[in-house]
Amino acid sequence: MTALLSIKDLTMRFGGLVAIDSVSFDVRPEAITALIGPNGAGKTTLFNCVTGFYRPRSGSIRLDCSGRLTELSGQPGHCIAQLGIARTFQNIRLFANMTVLENLLVAQHAELMRASAFSIAGILGLPSYRRAEKKALDKARYWLDRVGLLSRANEPAQFLSYGQQRRLEIARAICSGPRLLCLDEPAAGLNSRETIELASLVRAVSQELGLAVLLIEHDMSLVMEISDHIVVLDYGRKIAEGSPASIRGDKAVIAAYLGEPDGEAA
Amino acid sequence: MAYFVQQLINGLTLGSIYGLIAIGYTMVYGIIGMINFAHGEIYMIGAFVGLITILALMSAGIASVPILLILAILVAMVIAGLYGWTIERLIYRPLRGAPRLAPLISAIGLSIFLQQYVQLTQGGRVKTLPPLISGGFTLMRGDDGFTVGISNFQIVVFLLTLALMAGLTLIINRTELGRAQRAAAADPLMAALCGVDVDRTISVTFIIGAALAAVAGVMVVLYYGVIDFFIGFLAGLKAFTAAVLGGVGSLPGALLGGLVLGLVESFWSAYADAAYKDVAAYAILVLVLIFRPSGLMGRPEVEKV
Repeated sequence: MTALLSIKDLTMRFGGLVAIDSVSFDVRPEAITALIGPNGAGKTTLFNCVTGFYRPRSGSIRLDCSGRLTELSGQPGHCIAQLGIARTFQNIRLFANMTVLENLLVAQHAELMRASAFSIAGILGLPSYRRAEKKALDKARYWLDRVGLLSRANEPAQFLSYGQQRRLEIARAICSGPRLLCLDEPAAGLNSRETIELASLVRAVSQELGLAVLLIEHDMSLVMEISDHIVVLDYGRKIAEGSPASIRGDKAVIAAYLGEPDGEAA
Repeated sequence: MAYFVQQLINGLTLGSIYGLIAIGYTMVYGIIGMINFAHGEIYMIGAFVGLITILALMSAGIASVPILLILAILVAMVIAGLYGWTIERLIYRPLRGAPRLAPLISAIGLSIFLQQYVQLTQGGRVKTLPPLISGGFTLMRGDDGFTVGISNFQIVVFLLTLALMAGLTLIINRTELGRAQRAAAADPLMAALCGVDVDRTISVTFIIGAALAAVAGVMVVLYYGVIDFFIGFLAGLKAFTAAVLGGVGSLPGALLGGLVLGLVESFWSAYADAAYKDVAAYAILVLVLIFRPSGLMGRPEVEKV
């Protein structure tokens, strides 16, 4: 199967620090790819390159747009979003003063803006806009229902609990209609029950929408359970790549997480 | 009592005009966190464009006041909107990532530039316009024979301000554009990741703010009948005060701040020394900031730890 996202020789430097050192890997469509590694390995930096926050020093990030490969680095954020990449953040970034429902409508902005002809059709209440708006609302309500937040649709997002905010952030990313969903530590701060719910949500969403998921996560049981493919970074380099089973037994990975065994033990 | 009511009406008229200008300050601050000190100049340019349009139309033989008024407002809104757009595009956008002082200083420089530019092209002398909208209603007659009146012009100002505020509230709360503006104000990077074209949203914000200031400019031309290239300075400062008073970033706050300021000035001029009306206005600002630093309708920022 051809890759949906293809990262080649990606290098990102901050002054003298090499945060990502010629990393290459592919993200396959309709599969969950996990990006793991110790703190400071460069995982979030890589996400920031993919979503256009950073301009990489060298290398390429290409997205397959119906057969044509499109270079992502250097594109403004809203173009990357419109190409079909959505992401969530380690620290939650909801629009705190807007309602839960509005957060999901912002995610469908590009479509609604087209339908409303820059708000003009919206103000006039033309039927074409009404239809688009209804569709957007239905979609938002559907995903609110899926993440169990439908009853709180009209409350400001900041009133939700931490776990609910995490789920809303994922729902918002889904509502933007991505082909690649990038989740940055979605289970951070969740208790074990919430983590299990999250795992089944991510799995179900990926299968239901045929969505590729790129996941950064420290919770190894979650990673091993839901990933189809795992990429391991350490100090900015890719040290291993493969199925969960192969990663679990990989010596370099174990060394990176637990430290090198000393001379005698080896 | 009659005198009081009259001052109330006058104060609300002045306050509506301040409020219309203040909205531009508050919207721009809300979305890019910057005080656009050149905003008063946009209002001044709006006044000039309105005046020129009216004079041009009158010399073309159009005498119908409603047509003159509507065309003057529309032309002033469009031209001022263009100025607002250009200013953002040429001056503020390149400074978007710069330290906060850089756009602030640029705004002050731009304000001086625009003043001088209008002085050079339009001349330094005051421009006058004979009153277009005359007449009015007598509302009540006091015991001392003092009559309270509301002029037709004041009614136009009230209705126009109400209509514009209602329209703006509708746009901000109900349309895609407004949703994008609120999202971009809350978190521009995240808004971009949701597919919002943040640059375009900021441009539109400048255009709307400038267009509203232009309406205020046209109103002032009609109200006082006298303008010069320097009116933007004081009006800009007053409107900025109004925005801070109401809570920078809050739209109803901007209008409320404008009305409070207008009333304070009006009552102070009536019952105390008119020469000190600016002192009274700024004293109110200082008091509000001491006791309610986030303004009358602003939300205090709570740092989440």
